[in-house]
Amino acid sequence: MRRNAWRVLRPLLSRLGQAGLVALLVGCIGFALMHALPGDQAFRLAAERYGPDMVDARAAAAMRAELGLDRPLAVQLLEWLGRVLRLDLGRSLVTGEPVIEELRVQIGYTALLAGTALPLSALIGLPLGIVAGLWRGRWPDHAVLGLSVLLRAVPAYALGLALMVLLSVRLRWLPPGGFEGWAELVLPSLTLALGLAAVSSRVARESVAAVAASPVLVFARWKGLSERDAVRRHGLRNAAIPVLAVLGLQLIGLVEGILIVETLFGWPGIGHALVHAIFARDVPLVQGSALIMGLGVVLLNAAVDFACLLIDPRRGRQEA
Amino acid sequence: MSGLAFGRRHAALPRARLAGAVLLLLLLGFGLLGPWLIEADPARQDLTASLAPPGARFLLGADHLGRSMLARLAHAVRLSFLLSGLTVAAAGLLGTVLGLLAAWEGGWLDRGLSLLADTVLALPGLLLVLLVIAFAPGQILPLACGIALALWVEFFRVTRAQARSLLARPHVEAARLLGFGRAYILRHLILPELAPILLTLAGFGIGGVILTIATLSFISIGLRPPTAELGGMTSEMLPYLAEAPFQALLPSLFVALAVLACHLLAGGRPR
Repeated sequence: MRRNAWRVLRPLLSRLGQAGLVALLVGCIGFALMHALPGDQAFRLAAERYGPDMVDARAAAAMRAELGLDRPLAVQLLEWLGRVLRLDLGRSLVTGEPVIEELRVQIGYTALLAGTALPLSALIGLPLGIVAGLWRGRWPDHAVLGLSVLLRAVPAYALGLALMVLLSVRLRWLPPGGFEGWAELVLPSLTLALGLAAVSSRVARESVAAVAASPVLVFARWKGLSERDAVRRHGLRNAAIPVLAVLGLQLIGLVEGILIVETLFGWPGIGHALVHAIFARDVPLVQGSALIMGLGVVLLNAAVDFACLLIDPRRGRQEA
Repeated sequence: MSGLAFGRRHAALPRARLAGAVLLLLLLGFGLLGPWLIEADPARQDLTASLAPPGARFLLGADHLGRSMLARLAHAVRLSFLLSGLTVAAAGLLGTVLGLLAAWEGGWLDRGLSLLADTVLALPGLLLVLLVIAFAPGQILPLACGIALALWVEFFRVTRAQARSLLARPHVEAARLLGFGRAYILRHLILPELAPILLTLAGFGIGGVILTIATLSFISIGLRPPTAELGGMTSEMLPYLAEAPFQALLPSLFVALAVLACHLLAGGRPR
């Protein structure tokens, strides 16, 4: 029983450590960014909050006192990291609103986009991969491989633009960007899903090909299970393990895709916010959005670990 | 050095590799010779020829400011390959040296470097690159540094793992016991075994970096417009997407071809 608990705890603890590293890295870069901004920080911050014409030495001094900018760097760094670890992300330099409030709205949009794109990519990638795996070495296999190689070479933004030209400019089926209703969700999520499917179809193909040739399935047939039962009971579960494990890696691709696709289509999510915060040099917002995205990946990876443990009990035993 | 022979296992590979090599040579030739051979100045504007279709005067058409697409593409391809080559070389050298050091020394140095690598890996690569770029958006140095910072880890981890298992092999242990120096063992026993793997990593790395640079320039936080850059060119042409989709999407075709060439040459069997 204790070993069982350890099996679940171990990956969770390592993910927790990873989350700590993410916070530390993002926090340190955020602090360095804050100090790398050109000019006197207090003057700049005052200018951004009150407008360039309203800044004088008094406003800057008030800002300096408010933010404690006159203390030693090491103290400021420790305090900064402490705040990051408590998820107190400060206020936006541009709007003056708390970063966490701004991000809260955007996370919803990003989750909606990711939540649509992931199932869509599974819907596109898995059947293609399974077909390629079952007909391995023959033309469906080669066709799917070619498609996947091509899709992975084309930049995501170009794929999005091509879809935009085709579906909304030429055919006028869909609106090209923004967010007013469900129709706007189609292009971004399709772009994202196609990029992800290029990878997941390959993994599904390898996995199905390996399982189809494995002794497990041969034995299941030999002991008298019908083809359907053999595939359902022994084939699918074994084939699902690598596919699920790679889902963790896909999450990284998902984050990168989200940054690009949200910016391209003007989707009001967290990736869009990050890119625009970089333009505006709004450091707290840059730090906050990077932190939330980094932590999101770790969290989802922990969920993937857990799911892997559920369908593959061997995994925990080998590690213990 | 037998390490330059890429092919290892797959019998069907050479064809894909050959195709990749030919494509890469064509692109490199276009990027390196193009800027010398093509008379047109990539920055010269001719507003009467705005969005001119491909024809006798502009072989590949002109962009919205009437600049020759052909000349701009040649310069952009050169920039992409140079920048990605330099970045990957820097990251590869750093990662390999640190990986060898970690494998050879072990102890706290190994643990420290591995922790550093884990820290960098905890964050998705593009996110790290964006954070570094935030120091000075639109400039080359933070862009290259950010990418190299995210990329060295891959070389470090592979080199460390490989070198550790190599160092424990009997023939290497024998050479160490016989008193051969580190430089000798490194040159004759370790590096020849590492080279093919590192070259494969570098190939995929260059493809990935070309893609990253184009993507970041497309969202205007990589290199900025007056520079002819593959992603930036598409970004500049975005308002004219409906009128001139050919000119707007042509630079992306070159990105795709460059990435495809790198992938084919390096892997032959991308998963």
